[in-house]
Amino acid sequence: MRKRLLPYILLLILVLWHVVLFAQERFPRPEFESGYVYPEQHLPEGRSQVWEYIDVAVLIIALSVTSWLAIKKRSRQGIVWMSVFSLAYFGFFREGCICAVGSVQNVALALFNEGYTIPLTALLFFIIPLVFALLFGRVFCAGVCPLGAVQELTGIKPVKLPHAVEAIMAAVPFIYLAIAVLFAAMESQFIICRYDPFVGFFRLDAPFTMIVFGILLIIAGIFINRPYCRYFCPYGVLLNIFSRFSGKHLTITPAECINCRLCENDACPYDAILPSNHDQVKENPAESRKIFLRYVLMLPVFTLAGALLLYNTAPFLAGIHRDVKLAKEIRVEKETGVEALSLAAKAFKESGQTEDELFASEKAVIARFRKASPWIGIFLGLSLGAALVSMTTKRRRTEYLPHKGKCYSCGRCFRYCPVEVKSQVK
Amino acid sequence: MKDAGNKYESRREFVRKAGMALAIAPLIALPLVLAKKTTGKGYVWQIDPYKCTTCGNCKTSCVLTPSASKCVHAHVLCGYCDLCGGYLKEGAKSISTGAEVQMCPTNAIERKFVEEPFFEYMINENLCDGCAKCVKGCKDFGNGSLYMQIKQDLCVNCNDCAIARNCPSNAVSRVPSDYQYVIKDRAQG
Repeated sequence: MRKRLLPYILLLILVLWHVVLFAQERFPRPEFESGYVYPEQHLPEGRSQVWEYIDVAVLIIALSVTSWLAIKKRSRQGIVWMSVFSLAYFGFFREGCICAVGSVQNVALALFNEGYTIPLTALLFFIIPLVFALLFGRVFCAGVCPLGAVQELTGIKPVKLPHAVEAIMAAVPFIYLAIAVLFAAMESQFIICRYDPFVGFFRLDAPFTMIVFGILLIIAGIFINRPYCRYFCPYGVLLNIFSRFSGKHLTITPAECINCRLCENDACPYDAILPSNHDQVKENPAESRKIFLRYVLMLPVFTLAGALLLYNTAPFLAGIHRDVKLAKEIRVEKETGVEALSLAAKAFKESGQTEDELFASEKAVIARFRKASPWIGIFLGLSLGAALVSMTTKRRRTEYLPHKGKCYSCGRCFRYCPVEVKSQVK
Repeated sequence: MKDAGNKYESRREFVRKAGMALAIAPLIALPLVLAKKTTGKGYVWQIDPYKCTTCGNCKTSCVLTPSASKCVHAHVLCGYCDLCGGYLKEGAKSISTGAEVQMCPTNAIERKFVEEPFFEYMINENLCDGCAKCVKGCKDFGNGSLYMQIKQDLCVNCNDCAIARNCPSNAVSRVPSDYQYVIKDRAQG
């Protein structure tokens, strides 16, 4: 009997000894006789908080100046210089963090989580450009956003893309925004920051893949201007929506449009000029009303479909969360006997957390995803539906106007307008 | 004709104003909702040394090269041993300052004789690349006085810390900027 117990007793002693070993300093603190004093730990403080408030002030000033340049002064040259300034200040000097594009995630994280309080500066960086978009259009994109500035300054040889490509790619930022907000709200990751292609240039340091992505975007951007802004930028989605209702907005012509069609073809690399159509044949109003109604009735269908789709992909999306990832690995280890070798699995085994705790946490995370993801499905379905509805309506325009949602207020179209040129010659 | 034009204009103007009101609503609501969850002070990223598993991901994950996370030394915990688990490789042939016996690949640990039988170990921050080899050695065979911290003067304070994302034990988290370091002053456990 005693012999059988002996190994267990030994094991117990060993385990206890381990605990004792861990809990104490193995080597006692020396008693110095030579009057030795402990050196200070060198723990320098970070950059002062004041800088972040200076950033907010610079943001407001830059936005005001750009608005003035775009709407009052109508100076493309001035907007280019603002881009240079923003690139230098927000980009290379402040090294890209925090920016308005990424602040979307801080807001989402703060809204849906108890543990996180959002820094005031992040909140301001989120709100202020939107306020300006509501007042003056997307002036933030024009001359303040450092990511936009990189592309604005390198886009030198604009090429127009087919409408179909443009229309399909325009959906990407919506999906990106929705997924990014979901991941941030679920405390998983900040993917907008992680896949920011240009921040590496500002720091002159980034993962290899992101540098390659950034360089490819810039090369593409020489011909397809602002590829990130147009086809990826999630914050651009919000600015797009807000800018549509802007009080004042940049105009192509300083006075009255003479319908000369000179700005029709090459003036805007962003396909954001709405042509005048007063001379075109009017459609049958009864027919177009019918089509319009049909698409409006489709809205709930799209919404429901979006919600269902995202509800069912929730467990897959939840895989981005570290607990879910780890739980999957541990479960595979349990079921197949293949040892989980990742660092996270090793750390988990060392930490003393039980598997049940981990699986419970996994379940909770997936449940949260299930609850949240239908909402982004609704958002995506509604956006798609609204885009289709807007395609069925035809607006009557007697002059050439910028598309308030798509226009970056960059001012490239100014010099195409003969009214403008004439006024300048005078 | 002119009247028709005006009608269109006023309808559009109405839609624009209604949309503006709809857009203003969340802009005003957002700060109100977040009023209690906003802090004037920011965050910085820091490593909890008691959770750290010394895996070495800090060195490779940081967006900066070399990493902003470096080894720091809590001298009050150090045993000042001659045979130091953080300084010497396992199975080192001699106890000396020779490169072949040193754990640190960049010679960032400076060993200095204090008095018999004690030796002081200092981290040369300029040479340290945050590989955590010495931290592991000290944790396994010593008091755990060497530990990893993110140096806030180097850190660019990314919105999404790449080290935090890759840390296997979730040891990196946001800490209020009033407490920029998690200083180790007690032994593990």
